[in-house]
Amino acid sequence: MGLLGTSTSFVGASEPAQPNRLPSAGQINRARPVRFTFDGRQHIAYEGDTLASALVASGTRLVSRSFKYHRPRGILTAGPEEPSALVELRNGARREPNTRATTIELYDGLSAVSQNAWPSLRYDLMSVNQVAAPLFAAGFYYKTFMWPAALWEKLYEPVIRSAAGLGRAASEPDPDTYEKVWAHCDVLVVGGGPTGLAATLSAGRAGARVILCDDDFRTGGRALSETHAINEGVGAAWVETALDELDALSNVTVLPRTSVTGVYDGGTYSALERVADHLPSPAPGQPRQRLWRIVTKRAVIATGAIERPIVFADNDRPGVMMASAARTYINRFAATPGERIAVFTNNDDGWQTARDAAAAGVRIAAVIDTRPAEATRDVARGIDAPVINGVVTRTDANAHGVTGVFVRADDGSSHTFACTSLAVSGGWNPNVALTCHKRGKPEWREDIAAFVPAGHSADLLPAGAAAGVYGMGACLRSGHETGVRAAADTGFSGSGGAIPRADDEAARITAFWHVSTSKASGTKGKAFVDHQHDVTREDIALAHLEGFRSVEHLKRYTTLGMATDQGRLSNVLGLALMAEARGISIAEQGTTMFRPPYAPMAIGALAGAHRDASSKPTRLTPSHDWAVEQNASFVDAGLWKRAEWYTRAGETTWRQSCGREVRTVREAVGFCDVSTLGKIDVVGPDAAVFLDRVYSNLMSTLPVGKCRYGLMLREDGFVYDDGTVARLSEQHYFVTTTTANAGLVMQRLDFARQVLWPDLAVNVTSSTDQWAQVSIAGPQARTLVQRLVGDACDVSADGLAFMGQTTAQLPDGGPLARIYRISFSGEVAFEVGVPARFGRALCERLTALGSDLGVAPYGTEALNVLRIEKGHVSGPELNGMTTAGDLCLGGLMSKRKDFIGRTLSYRPALRAPDRPTLVGFKPCDTSETFQAGAHAFAAAGDLTPANDEGYVTSVCHSPTLGHTIALGLVRNGPDRHGERVRIHDPLRGSTIDAEVCAPHFYDPTGAIQRG
Amino acid sequence: MRITCPHCGQRDISEFTYLGDGSIRTLALGFGGPDAPPDAEIDAAHDAVFLRDNPRGHHRELWYHALGCRQWVDVVRNTATHDVISTRAAAAAHVELER
Repeated sequence: MGLLGTSTSFVGASEPAQPNRLPSAGQINRARPVRFTFDGRQHIAYEGDTLASALVASGTRLVSRSFKYHRPRGILTAGPEEPSALVELRNGARREPNTRATTIELYDGLSAVSQNAWPSLRYDLMSVNQVAAPLFAAGFYYKTFMWPAALWEKLYEPVIRSAAGLGRAASEPDPDTYEKVWAHCDVLVVGGGPTGLAATLSAGRAGARVILCDDDFRTGGRALSETHAINEGVGAAWVETALDELDALSNVTVLPRTSVTGVYDGGTYSALERVADHLPSPAPGQPRQRLWRIVTKRAVIATGAIERPIVFADNDRPGVMMASAARTYINRFAATPGERIAVFTNNDDGWQTARDAAAAGVRIAAVIDTRPAEATRDVARGIDAPVINGVVTRTDANAHGVTGVFVRADDGSSHTFACTSLAVSGGWNPNVALTCHKRGKPEWREDIAAFVPAGHSADLLPAGAAAGVYGMGACLRSGHETGVRAAADTGFSGSGGAIPRADDEAARITAFWHVSTSKASGTKGKAFVDHQHDVTREDIALAHLEGFRSVEHLKRYTTLGMATDQGRLSNVLGLALMAEARGISIAEQGTTMFRPPYAPMAIGALAGAHRDASSKPTRLTPSHDWAVEQNASFVDAGLWKRAEWYTRAGETTWRQSCGREVRTVREAVGFCDVSTLGKIDVVGPDAAVFLDRVYSNLMSTLPVGKCRYGLMLREDGFVYDDGTVARLSEQHYFVTTTTANAGLVMQRLDFARQVLWPDLAVNVTSSTDQWAQVSIAGPQARTLVQRLVGDACDVSADGLAFMGQTTAQLPDGGPLARIYRISFSGEVAFEVGVPARFGRALCERLTALGSDLGVAPYGTEALNVLRIEKGHVSGPELNGMTTAGDLCLGGLMSKRKDFIGRTLSYRPALRAPDRPTLVGFKPCDTSETFQAGAHAFAAAGDLTPANDEGYVTSVCHSPTLGHTIALGLVRNGPDRHGERVRIHDPLRGSTIDAEVCAPHFYDPTGAIQRG
Repeated sequence: MRITCPHCGQRDISEFTYLGDGSIRTLALGFGGPDAPPDAEIDAAHDAVFLRDNPRGHHRELWYHALGCRQWVDVVRNTATHDVISTRAAAAAHVELER
């Protein structure tokens, strides 16, 4: 590394140059050139570069336009806090907006374009917004586009939406895959800088299981960007040694390219690993990103500190850069931000940039320090450049960026310095974000003019610069000690080894926030606080003037800190300016809340593998494949796929298939897969008592070998679920639930058994997946079932009466089957249950045995028509708003016992005589039809909500009767059979006359099904 | 959040379903029969089903380990910090509540 003498030694004459690449040093691989395009222009850089460092090396200063005013912007930082250098990365389906050039690891063939520029970055028409700037002052969207309201939808919103916004998202489905992983450890170290590495070393040596997450692709943080010696060598060498040692420790996992994004309860952390973002596209089978959920006992927060800007006129011009970022580009990437750099600082650290730049051969235009001469005397020693104790009042700039600075010295003299880059340091903000995710409240420390972590839970251990500890030596010691403590807290008191050594540099600071305009003559330029959302000092003054002064009001009124960078550079500046305007301290002004995620995350990473067909599980019945072969169409019923009808040759509409299936059941025999019904075994000496308490009707009186319809109420007295209960033996009941409520009823029975009545000797087991169950219905059902069971049992009217239950060993090596004589269709019907693996065989056997009987499978549509014809209630009637009485099932409310829901079912409103009650409807003109959801009104009167008398719940065309039939609920329903009402459907705009009738359209006496 | 299931050990919250206040039992048996329950019983049931305190601090509540052992767990949780103070099987907690 760093051996090639010049940046152009391998580059042919036609290759783009790297004019700002320094001739040697840097953590880049000069032997591996990397080609990329920015805004369609070819560039070249090296492996190890970020997009930002590559652009710096290429001399590209203008990289984006700002959000609101479309001002030209450059690269401000060298890290994830970047507010300005946002680009759209990649093309097509992989296009990603708002990507920070400072975090993009360069790869060969990378393509990026600038954002917010139209038609081009250099000639941006929207920059006229600057002329119209008064319109865009703080709170503009509350004020400017309010009137006339009619223009909002047609004009304001479309124009604003097309002009504003940060980049364009991809419009195609994400082609990449993502995965999620859990990890458990004793100590999580967040941040792989000097502090984090020292903490990982000491905790790992002590024996704790440690995971280190570092968001950079190259671990080391400031140790890679500073020139301090660590353990007598260069920082990068110490990092290599440390990583080698960690690699050899089996209890330590180092995750580079991994950002910890959130702190959650119980020591759970989320972290996003960018697995393949540094590749043109992920390798086959490789996820693009991996979402880690890490459970740890202690977390060392070694997230460092973020340098903050100073507010002055035109402080956003390309070429203005944070002082520490300038050092990073020079020291780590061997790329200088300019050939002539001025430094503007309020603290000792800023001077290091001047020293490092000078050491790299870059000319220093001047160092301007806001502090008085006596404060800078020591730190200025050895600086070969003009030193001014004063302020930068404004930058001078051309279309490409900064060309110089206007300076006012404390003695009143004015100066101008030509420069191509201005390095600014306003001090450092400890990166406290993660310590706030669980309601930590940072405290202001006057001595370092910064907020430090406070009020966070004890398992978070801030260390190093994140804790307000500045200086390389101090950070290494802090990291080491915190690692030792974290390990000891989790039971590992082994030695942490030797403490890494480095000198402690000076880090004095005098708080300085903005260059006041009153003193600076002739400075008209905008002074930016939040670069990403274009919030200026004037916006904050306006917010103060208009009374939006608390931190939360300030944020929402000006949008300060609400951009994708979450105000990492701007928040404290904004608070300081507001505190100054209010004449209060920054501590009194307080801070806003930080919430997860710390960094923007792709939705795909949050979804992981749960997308498209895998967004939820798919449940298939045991005979699913058979149904597919029979040309079934499927409907989603919860997680299940249920056959809704089976299309036969010549059938072109579902109504034809459904009608045929209904006629098959009414005239011959059909069978339907009902395996999706919830099935629960209730077993034990107290099984009968238990079921008496959870069902409204009696189950203890059910004889062995019999089935009974059962109704469950909710605790509030409304109907919850229904199903059948079969008593297989004295202490063994087999309960079925609706498909929709299967899981919830199971949970409820668990609740009743464990929480309400743990004294009952009863056990409850779900067996939904263990049984394939088929309903066989029709005049020929008995013949077919008898053929199926052979001599195993007698299913004649006498052998197995209506609501009877028996078991049969199916012939020819078949399984033991459970036979239930229950009917949902009104026909003679049986349900046959076999172990799930025989589900397909059962369907095949029924088809073969019943071919001469005209047997056919039927789906859920026919099932629904059959039950409406018969007047059975189902999901549309069990809608959470109906009582047993409403459904004419009041007789199932036992008066011989107590049960869940009984007490509150006695509330007067639930027993009001005029409640809408179950009826049937049929159109007076049988050629007319209507749909579920329509409302019922008396024959005369206005069609107004006040006259509403009920509603239609289930509607179908009855092939048996040849016209539309319906179930519904209407006031005093049972008393109104034969009455003519109007069925009004305001949504679809129809009103037809219908007759109220009994809900049983087919076999009202039940003679057929009992036959 | 993580809950220590008495049967399975410490597990992530995503395996659990929340019910609510664990100090309330929503069904008191003994009033079954041909007659309506007394008004006081209806009122008490109404309060048990519909009225909830929302305390800051320790809160006793019921969680169902739906994606685990299917046991109901009696949890004392600090609603301000989400710290789980204690857990035990709901069946065991019931005995104490009955006293």
